Amino acid sequence: MTDTILVGIDGSPDSRRAVEYGITMAKKDKASLVLAFVIEWSEYSFNTPEENEQRHKRREEEIKTVKERVLDPMLESLAPEDIEMKGVVRHGQVAAALIQIAREQDANQIVVGRIGQKTISTVIFGSVVTKLIQLTHIPVTIVP
Amino acid sequence: MKKKSVVICSLVLLLFVLIPMAAFAQEPGGIDQAVNKIFGTALGPFVSFIFYSVTINGVSFPLIVAWLIICAIVLTFYMGFVQFTGIKHSIDLLRGVYSNPEDAGEVSHFQALATALSGTVGLGNIAGVAVAVSLGGPGATFWMIVAGLCGMAAKFTECTLGVKYREEFPDGHISGGPMYYLSKGLAEQGKPKLGRVLAIMFSVMCIFGSFGGGNMFQGNQAHQMIANTFGIFTETGWLFGIILAVIVGAVIIGGIKSIAKVTEKIVPLMAILYVGTALIILLANFSKIPWAFGVVMQGAFSPEAIGGGVVGVLIQGLKRAAFSNEAGVGSAAIAHSAVRTSEPLTEGYVALLEPFIDTVVICTMTALVIVITGAYANAEGLSGVALTASAFQSVFPWFGVVLAVAVLLFAFSTMISWSYYGLKSWTYLFGESKASELIFKLIFCIFVVIGCSASLGPVIDFSDAAIFAMSIANVLGLYLLMGSVKADMKDYQSRIASGEIKKYK
Repeated sequence: MTDTILVGIDGSPDSRRAVEYGITMAKKDKASLVLAFVIEWSEYSFNTPEENEQRHKRREEEIKTVKERVLDPMLESLAPEDIEMKGVVRHGQVAAALIQIAREQDANQIVVGRIGQKTISTVIFGSVVTKLIQLTHIPVTIVP
Repeated sequence: MKKKSVVICSLVLLLFVLIPMAAFAQEPGGIDQAVNKIFGTALGPFVSFIFYSVTINGVSFPLIVAWLIICAIVLTFYMGFVQFTGIKHSIDLLRGVYSNPEDAGEVSHFQALATALSGTVGLGNIAGVAVAVSLGGPGATFWMIVAGLCGMAAKFTECTLGVKYREEFPDGHISGGPMYYLSKGLAEQGKPKLGRVLAIMFSVMCIFGSFGGGNMFQGNQAHQMIANTFGIFTETGWLFGIILAVIVGAVIIGGIKSIAKVTEKIVPLMAILYVGTALIILLANFSKIPWAFGVVMQGAFSPEAIGGGVVGVLIQGLKRAAFSNEAGVGSAAIAHSAVRTSEPLTEGYVALLEPFIDTVVICTMTALVIVITGAYANAEGLSGVALTASAFQSVFPWFGVVLAVAVLLFAFSTMISWSYYGLKSWTYLFGESKASELIFKLIFCIFVVIGCSASLGPVIDFSDAAIFAMSIANVLGLYLLMGSVKADMKDYQSRIASGEIKKYK
């Protein structure tokens, strides 16, 4: 069984470096790569009824945007690397969601950048890394 | 950019409509009296019909309250006391035990509950309880709790139906609520005409209810509270109304998320502050709690000086519980229908927590504070918000300010919720289009100003009546459709037991 490396991405240069590091490792270990994009979202926020009604539509739009703008171009640009690769988009708290995806994909290792693009929906910054370290069940590599 | 200019234009338009109207409302004999006259003469019979009361032991008992309570009791037995047997499952659902992680990003059970609660938690919990205790004595609290517990089964049934029969539109948005389950559910039973009539009846009453109890009453009370506490806007209710209408308009017409986001953060904070303060008062008087419960129990079964004896106490408790948690009215079913789930029962289970939180927890706390601080035995004859305020202020003198802000924010969030309930009924009657939605929303904002600028007794009576009138159609529908809910519930429970519905945590 081959190893699986999970790389958390958010479209920032830092996460690009994390992906490059992930590729180097994957080549060395003959591992497969999972690129995970987490859209920051809380199931405990308070919404107006109208927002609730629109939520399903928004969610699909958010996922589509992430796929079109970040994930698909990245997968495409990495296609020549000859590594087994797939992308996952998920809503949730970044650290918890990454670990959830790691469990589902049976990953042996998580790679993330240190600081990410700081927008409302896509945040992987300091505290996320700290949280990730506290929650993780597998080794985590942080690429500066 | 284009969207922004549209928003600004519509708000400016709103102002142009509001200002002359508000000025008119201030003139003696202006819109105020005209409206009073219309509501008083034309709709007076409607109000007295809805609140038709029988007199028991010298206390008048509106039959509509009995209509709601009997429905809640029947459903409690019919659903096999689901509010007690199912509450663990409700909490598991809230905790996300049964939520598939791949569906993350959809409306969560917690969010559905919070949204529906923001429509009911408010003046009923603060002022309504005080009314019950001042009129019915401490014992009214006991009957309020009993009614709240029974109401859980009614909420369970109506919210399950709301999701089961909702309408999904091609662009992904969802409309649901009693008007949809009445028309579709009864059509399935071969009674399409009856279903359609009940659905229209419900929608019309819901629109009136959203203008009245969900809007004018809220604005009116918020204005009074702010004016009394801070001494501002005392003579300029119309100005307060216009400001409030513009803010409401900015959220519901302009879709300005930031305002909604701010209230989303503050409203729960206020609720926590309110409940927290009540808890501190109760804990500080810990030794008096058994005594307070004793007073409540004694008052419930053998009241001394209250007019009407046990029946009088019972009626006050039942009345306030029904006003407060709206179980059987059908409003919450509209809010819950927006949730995307393949299992309608899950919304029923989550919704049954609403009367529990609203009536059994928050109302009971208010009542205990009023009893423990001795405020209920006040000599000044305080009632309503003033009684609650004096009870809290006897321990924390600054609480009046918090309460005023809380009432304002609760009123605002209730308005936002009811504008949605009204809108869904409006689009059910007049079709789903942007133009018809805008018309409704503009009318809604106009009613905010009317509610704040004048003391319209008959209008308030009418709006209460309209909210309760929603229950005539809705409760009939619940009786007719409860069989299918029970069958679905059995099926759902067996799939939970067999593990077909997976646990993820």
